[in-house]
Amino acid sequence: MQREMTGAEMVLQALRDNGVEHVFGYPGGAVLPIYDELIQQDDIQHILVRHEQGAGHAAEGYARSTGKAGVALVTSGPGATNMVTALTDAMLDSIPMVCITGQVPTNLVGSDAFQECDTVGITRPCTKHNWLVKDVKDLPRVLHEAFYVATSGRPGPVVVDIPKDVQFATGTYEKAQTNPSAHKSYRPQLKGEMTAIRAAVELMSKAKRPVFYTGGGVVNSGPAASQLLRELVDLTGFPLTSTLMGLGAYPASGEQWLGMLGMHGTYEANMAMHDCDLMICIGARFDDRITGRLDKFSPNSTKIHVDIDPSSINKIVHVDLPIVGDVAHVLEDMVRIWRASSFRSQPELKGWQTQISKWRARDCLSYSENNDVIMPQYALQRLNAAIKGRKDVYISTEVGQHQMWAAQYLGFESPNHWLTSGGFGTMGYGLPAAIGAQVAHPDALCINVAGDASILMNIQEMSTAVQHGLAPKTFILNNSYMGMVRQWQQLLHGNRLSHSYTDSLPDFVKLAEAYGGKGIRVTKPAELDDAIQEMIEAPGPVLFDCRVAQLTNCFPMIPSGKAHNEMLLPDEATDEAVANAIDTAGKSLV
Amino acid sequence: MNAQKTDALSAYFLAETSDVQETHTLSIIVDNEPGVLARVIGLFSGRGYNIDSLSVSETEHEKHVSRITIVTTGTPQVIEQIRHQLDRLVPVHIVRDLTVAAKHTSQEKPLERELALIKVRGEGEKRLEALRLSDAFKATVIDATVEHFVFEITGRTNKIDQFIEILSPLGLVEVSRTGVAALARGGQALKDLHDEI
Ligand SMILES: Cc1ncc(C[n+]2csc(CCOP(=O)(O)OP(=O)(O)O)c2C)c(N)n1
Repeated sequence: MQREMTGAEMVLQALRDNGVEHVFGYPGGAVLPIYDELIQQDDIQHILVRHEQGAGHAAEGYARSTGKAGVALVTSGPGATNMVTALTDAMLDSIPMVCITGQVPTNLVGSDAFQECDTVGITRPCTKHNWLVKDVKDLPRVLHEAFYVATSGRPGPVVVDIPKDVQFATGTYEKAQTNPSAHKSYRPQLKGEMTAIRAAVELMSKAKRPVFYTGGGVVNSGPAASQLLRELVDLTGFPLTSTLMGLGAYPASGEQWLGMLGMHGTYEANMAMHDCDLMICIGARFDDRITGRLDKFSPNSTKIHVDIDPSSINKIVHVDLPIVGDVAHVLEDMVRIWRASSFRSQPELKGWQTQISKWRARDCLSYSENNDVIMPQYALQRLNAAIKGRKDVYISTEVGQHQMWAAQYLGFESPNHWLTSGGFGTMGYGLPAAIGAQVAHPDALCINVAGDASILMNIQEMSTAVQHGLAPKTFILNNSYMGMVRQWQQLLHGNRLSHSYTDSLPDFVKLAEAYGGKGIRVTKPAELDDAIQEMIEAPGPVLFDCRVAQLTNCFPMIPSGKAHNEMLLPDEATDEAVANAIDTAGKSLV
Repeated sequence: MNAQKTDALSAYFLAETSDVQETHTLSIIVDNEPGVLARVIGLFSGRGYNIDSLSVSETEHEKHVSRITIVTTGTPQVIEQIRHQLDRLVPVHIVRDLTVAAKHTSQEKPLERELALIKVRGEGEKRLEALRLSDAFKATVIDATVEHFVFEITGRTNKIDQFIEILSPLGLVEVSRTGVAALARGGQALKDLHDEI
């Protein structure tokens, strides 16, 4: 198809041709021509946010919950710079996102024009790629390429910066070439090398203390990858742990599930990582939140690393057997070879399984219950009970203790249902992400587990939810503190709580009502179940103000600078142990 | 240039590494599009890698392709990272580590040349001495008056370093250098070089 049209029309047509149904955006002078096209059509629905950062995180939530690219549309200058946090967030968590920014007309570029900024310069390090389109004849190609780059290989955010005169100019629109993989310089490797995969299966067949360590790459690789992972785990009988980003790829109810690993991971997961003789890392990247002290990281294991991004391999931890390729492709080969070799899950694993059951029996997520005050862990357990068995629940979070507790206490059964800011740790992510998920799944239950501090960072998006008839539920574990900051101050700074208490918090019930949503407040454990039901049944958005014990710490924890086998467990975490948990070397770490 | 990166690989990298620093020459073929050099340089500054020398020019006009040559210093692990990080950039076609490729074919180094223009001002014996030295270094005079010379010299980086050092007491005024241009020895094209570590 070839047709003459304006640049602004091309944007809409390219979105359509790339299967886009929803765009999150905010207008301004430099994108008015595109907005003028938006209102004259019905195929693509525009969701008006209240802050461009919200559009970015909503697009991320949409992408994470669907596997498709999320699309955002913002104006030049402040519109674009407000987007930077969300772009970086998407970059670190490998979320496919296409962000279209308006730019001042080409003849004004470089003149410090009104609302001009160097958008491609500013977003270069926080995007997978970006383009400034100075000629309308390049626009269709760039737009198609943008979707291809964002969604293929290791996914990520891209920016297409379009000056206003290019939006008005007319040119010839063409559909994407049928074979995008004919890109001249960008060709991600999907198939893993067979010799390496065979060697990996060989190692697996001989392992005595194996563990799968899986990450967000499994989710990004698509539903087939999660399916194949489950198959491989069943075939081998190996235990499995996952990073924060990978939760749901293997079900929390699965027999081999060890729980999340890392700084706030479970005892059994971290001990298994430390003591294993074979580590099979699939789509994870040895982040510092995962490894703890590097020179004591899993000292006696042979390490296999499957990743689509060669730069992830040997970046932090030296691995013995790298396999570059897409997770689903590699897992498919592994499953096939394992089957063909008719390996059985071996009796030698018995000893390892017994050891793991001992670690499990340590019950590292236990906490002291309380009849008068709501323990945050208890609140999440009640929430989990209320949503158990439902397949249509999407959980997003903000950042802090509540995020870690959500990861620990909510069981995730399937991929793409857990939306959290892992790599960047962006407070303010959760509410817009829940909105994004709700747009993609209008009838689902979308819950944002929040902290009282984080929720205020993008609270304005309540207004977006109300306007668009979306009903995300925000479950605030309100401890009046920036809990995670307070915890670190207790660990590192003699419990001097410098500016981590939030005085003058708003009345969240009234705030919800002011936006046109519903507010619920709960202060007693006994009231929780009914109130959670009320929240779930509410037809519109809810702010659920759950007043929890104020000074609870999040455990277990690997203190900074410590190894996997040096965890601080809740029943050992006396005030003194907490105060001395981190030594001088650990103090400078983040 | 930036400080070494070894201790910044992770905040948790408490152990001292004993890995030696090596200097490698990388050849990178990129689309000659606006901003491509900024992407490459931004990668180096953003991740704390060193650039000892950089040269860039369009090498295949019809294909709009440029060749960037970077000399960098780091531990073998960091240099491997640099290669992969460069390869990840969308407009990058090929990245090859010429130093590793040379080792694979049992050569010490790839072919490397740099060009420098050197201005010297002086009189009498010093002036004659500068001229004599330029002869010894096979530099040519490309501009001169009774009180100055401009020499042009090509060669390996250390040859040029040496020439400049010798000239410095003889009225050295200023220097302009191109950065290193490099090719692998032998008949193979860049894309066919074997540079896996
Ligand atoms: C945008 C941003 N600013 C600052 C931080 C640092 N930070 C991490 S957790 C946290 C406190 C979060 O408090 P709250 O939302 O109340 O959650 P809690 O830890 O109490 O559950 C802060 C300030 C961050 N992650 N993101």
